[in-house]
Amino acid sequence: MKFTLSWLKTWLETGASLGQITETLSAIGLEVEAVTDRGAALAAFVIAEVVEALPHPNADRLRACTVNAGGGHVSVVCGAPNARAGMRAVFAPPGAYIPGSGITLKTGEIRGVKSEGMLVSFRELGLGDEHDGIIELPNDAPIGTAYAAWAGLDDPVIEVSVTPNRGDALSVRGIARDLAAAGLGTLRGFAPPPITGEGAASVVWDNQFEAACPWVLGRSISGVKNGPSPEWLKTRLESVGLRPINALADITNFFTLDLGRPLHVFDASKITGNLLYLRAGQGESFMGLHGKPVTVGAEDCVIADAAGVQSLAGIMGGEATGTDDETTEVFIECALFDRVRIAQTGQRLGIFSDARQRFERGIDSQLLPAALDAATAMIMEVCGGRPSLVTKAGARPDWRRMARLRFDRIASFGGAEMSADDAVASLEMLGFTVQARDAQSVRVAVPSWRNDIAQPPALDQADVPNAAIAAAGAAEIEPEVDLLEEILRLRGLDAITPVSLPVEAAVASPAMTPKQARNGLARRVLAARGMLECVTFSFLDHNVSGLFGDAPESLRLANPIAADLDQMRPTPLATLALAAARNAARGLGDFGLFEVGPAYTGAAAQALVAAGLRVGGTALSAITAPRRYDVWDAKADALAVLAALGMPLEAVTTSLDAGAYYHPGQSGVLRQGPKTVLAAFGTLHPKLCARLDLPGGSVAFEIFLDAVAAPKRRGKAPLVLSPLQPIRRDFAFLVDKSVAAESLLRAARGAARQVISEVVLFDRYEGAGVPEGQVSLAIAVTLQPMEKSFSDAEIEGFSAKIVADVAKKTGGVLRG
Amino acid sequence: MVAEDLEMSLAASLAAMASLDAAGLEDVRLQWLGKAGILTGRLKALGAMTPEARKAEGAALNDCKERLNQALSARRAALDEEALAARLERERIDVTAPARPEPVGAIHPISRTLEEITAIFGAMGFTVKEGPDIEDDWHAFGALNIPGHHPARAMMDTFYLNASLGNRPALLRPHTSSVQVRTMLTQAPPIRIIVPGRTYRSDHDATHSPMFHQTEGLVIGRDITLGHLKGCLIDFLRMFFGNPALPVRFRASYFPFTEPSMEVDIGWNRKTGEIGKGGDWLEILGSGMVHPNVLANCGIDPREFQGFAFGVGIERITMLKHGIADLRLFYESDVRWLRHYGAAPLSPAMLHEGV
Repeated sequence: MKFTLSWLKTWLETGASLGQITETLSAIGLEVEAVTDRGAALAAFVIAEVVEALPHPNADRLRACTVNAGGGHVSVVCGAPNARAGMRAVFAPPGAYIPGSGITLKTGEIRGVKSEGMLVSFRELGLGDEHDGIIELPNDAPIGTAYAAWAGLDDPVIEVSVTPNRGDALSVRGIARDLAAAGLGTLRGFAPPPITGEGAASVVWDNQFEAACPWVLGRSISGVKNGPSPEWLKTRLESVGLRPINALADITNFFTLDLGRPLHVFDASKITGNLLYLRAGQGESFMGLHGKPVTVGAEDCVIADAAGVQSLAGIMGGEATGTDDETTEVFIECALFDRVRIAQTGQRLGIFSDARQRFERGIDSQLLPAALDAATAMIMEVCGGRPSLVTKAGARPDWRRMARLRFDRIASFGGAEMSADDAVASLEMLGFTVQARDAQSVRVAVPSWRNDIAQPPALDQADVPNAAIAAAGAAEIEPEVDLLEEILRLRGLDAITPVSLPVEAAVASPAMTPKQARNGLARRVLAARGMLECVTFSFLDHNVSGLFGDAPESLRLANPIAADLDQMRPTPLATLALAAARNAARGLGDFGLFEVGPAYTGAAAQALVAAGLRVGGTALSAITAPRRYDVWDAKADALAVLAALGMPLEAVTTSLDAGAYYHPGQSGVLRQGPKTVLAAFGTLHPKLCARLDLPGGSVAFEIFLDAVAAPKRRGKAPLVLSPLQPIRRDFAFLVDKSVAAESLLRAARGAARQVISEVVLFDRYEGAGVPEGQVSLAIAVTLQPMEKSFSDAEIEGFSAKIVADVAKKTGGVLRG
Repeated sequence: MVAEDLEMSLAASLAAMASLDAAGLEDVRLQWLGKAGILTGRLKALGAMTPEARKAEGAALNDCKERLNQALSARRAALDEEALAARLERERIDVTAPARPEPVGAIHPISRTLEEITAIFGAMGFTVKEGPDIEDDWHAFGALNIPGHHPARAMMDTFYLNASLGNRPALLRPHTSSVQVRTMLTQAPPIRIIVPGRTYRSDHDATHSPMFHQTEGLVIGRDITLGHLKGCLIDFLRMFFGNPALPVRFRASYFPFTEPSMEVDIGWNRKTGEIGKGGDWLEILGSGMVHPNVLANCGIDPREFQGFAFGVGIERITMLKHGIADLRLFYESDVRWLRHYGAAPLSPAMLHEGV
């Protein structure tokens, strides 16, 4: 919403400065988005007389002018075809900055003739597109005075952002009212003298769509003379960026902005028949005043005559019945349209207009007769003409909204200190009228322009036992909170004393559950292992999603912002892989990325996954030969996180059924028991790497954090520290190549659980000396005596048991 | 009396030692103290002497032995020293060369900020709640007093999925306020929660990302006032930006789910970007007293309970705190950016260490 300071002052009597006004606007909820003072940019330009305009001696298209800008005669070379002796023009002296062309003037010489300034066009001043010639001013324009001040351009333009609840503030008068209520002056009254008119209107309303239009007024004015608006009106509209059209159109635009009261003026001679219907659209099209065809449907309210649709009610008038310079008979429409229907029609058709903006936020339902009279008076004043009686359909809507304020709520809800008198005074300044008041409370009637206050209840309640009581509570409290909001915002929220939240205990309980806290731990473990945490988008190309399992329709976006962001990711690994590929494409190799974020498997199924990916290998070094990252890095990453989360690693087994995006021979799934899948890891499948331009051999893991049970909060088992030295015995077994190393280690570990403290695989060999199809696995077993050293016979016994158990469980044979 | 010849040859042996290596020293030892050594022989001969002569000769011979042994061990020690010095020189390494490389990881700035927010609000008695990214339109809009035709719903450019949740359209939550609703439905007041999480709006340019992060806050109680809203948010902002005097301003505004609603500004310098300095104001979060309709929609009687809610944009305050210029790079995962702006892995945000 844009307006100028002088326009505001037509409604607000105030001595406040521009700064005070803008500061107050922002504080009370009318956020100032911009203040532009065009006068400041045009300060250098003055009104001048062209004394002489002779042909340039050396150029056919130029003129050598002598100009009087109030300070004596100067020579100016000018290329404008309309430059002529005796005219008044706008002169820019050397040093002036020309906003339209972005240059700063200097005294110069143009083809041998001195030029000490410039005569400018509207475009050069940044005031429009007009550049057929220099600006021509009336002959009484005072020579030597500042052009901006003379043209009324030194009037600061204020632009405020009006929140969706404040339809009343989409008018200069509404803004003035708020400022007055905030103590910045006095609001001028609005009481146009009633106009009765004579004779029936040339057109009569036939309202067939009362749900969309409960009340409509109209009146014809005959014998008007349309044409350009008077200067004051043109200036007013131009100052807020509106293009003047003709007086009749400009007057309706003026009332839209001035009173927040959209009007429409039909050229009555272009209306077919003498009935204007308010009815639903029937799929027909008409040409709107915005120059585009509008197709209306059964939910849209239109205004139609015998020939068809002429206007989209409350949103956009039609070209066919619009006013022009030949218009002599007009019909003024002044209607009340249903907010919700206007909003829905506007959204459906994608048409934005000042009228729609006001109707959908709610206009003053009681203002119709006065606004129609005010508009009639202005048309008569500017264009002449004789008004008819008012024609109407529907009835003035009942507006009786009440709200009650208990004064103690100012402190107990608002945390503010304010006297009851001050609170009531604020409300009265906003137009509320006191109906009853006692020491504890006041009951006020809500002004008809405040559609946002004490609205009919509009709950959308959950099915909960307390619903009815809660609804009654809202009905009682909501209007009071509306009033509290008004008095608190007007008084300034900064005046409320901040109070720190009282704490229940000096030492706060943990903010997170143990399960939530683990996510941070997982992050720190992975980052401490040298990986970089990423945050990638939750959505990606559905084709890429398919590479990582699935891309179900239920996780497809109906309105994606881009085609490659149309599917919820099945795993964060998918978007990490894309991120890794982007880095690789930039020539950045050798890194690890991870993300702790959501994976989506259905519209109601979201899981938290810690995924990671390593590309390349260890860094170059003179000390250690660099090596490629391999599946063991990914497995170690996954196990490190699981261990940190409290998962006992001896309970973790590895199965060989990781997803198809992993290398089938270099991947695994970490499980706890047969059912719980804790993580997957592996080398990424070469086809996937090729498809995503990811360096081959990249390795990855996914840890399914939700599957990791929260560690039980119990004391650890007591630790017994043996004073005796442990003994190590090494064994090498020949096993079938298909035997999992994990099962051999498990068999050895289980052979004498009480004394075997550790089993480590330290060599894996196949080749010469090992039969085809077999592999030699060498393990180191640590035996820990607890009370007395083992005898040789005991050690022999343990060894025999290990060999026997390994043979039994894996078919392994001790290597000779 | 010890013969002078013995003295002389001992002196010669001692003098020669200085140039001997370990083997030479052993030869000298054997020459004197071996089975057939000079001193060994003389000592054996003592038994045949008279007690007086034996006493004098014995003392002299022991003195020789002592001197010889001392000289031998001194020379051996010197040799060890030399050998060690030589070994150390052999073992010299150019330690100016780089150590064994270890990749350095980092925590994403968004995670870091979420940790800090949790630490600060945790100290004020808040707990962390989470909820699904994919919501139905009741939790995201209806319950929050945003009816279907409301202009505010159009403001939010919501992403919808080709799916429904319990007969309602499924969408990507445009704010984490939906978890307010979930909490109020399951937990009786008093409530004091923050809800960090991913949020989505159909907007993509230099200052908007289709996915971003928000922390919603909700406080419900019997005596919670607008004064607490101000106190709580001022306490948070001053701690987060590490400036106990940070100017904070509250401006009336409008959100459908709060009334009164307010935008919160902090003082900063528009030119230098310094927080807390200069005379400019920067909008940083939205807040307000929970709308009675929202309470009632969730089955809470607004006559009994009231409170406030707020929403903080995580990326925005992260950019301000760390002077990060471009929003889009938060999600680009450029390893150079992650290394530069990422936080150290082993220093989680803890109030006693300072956030």
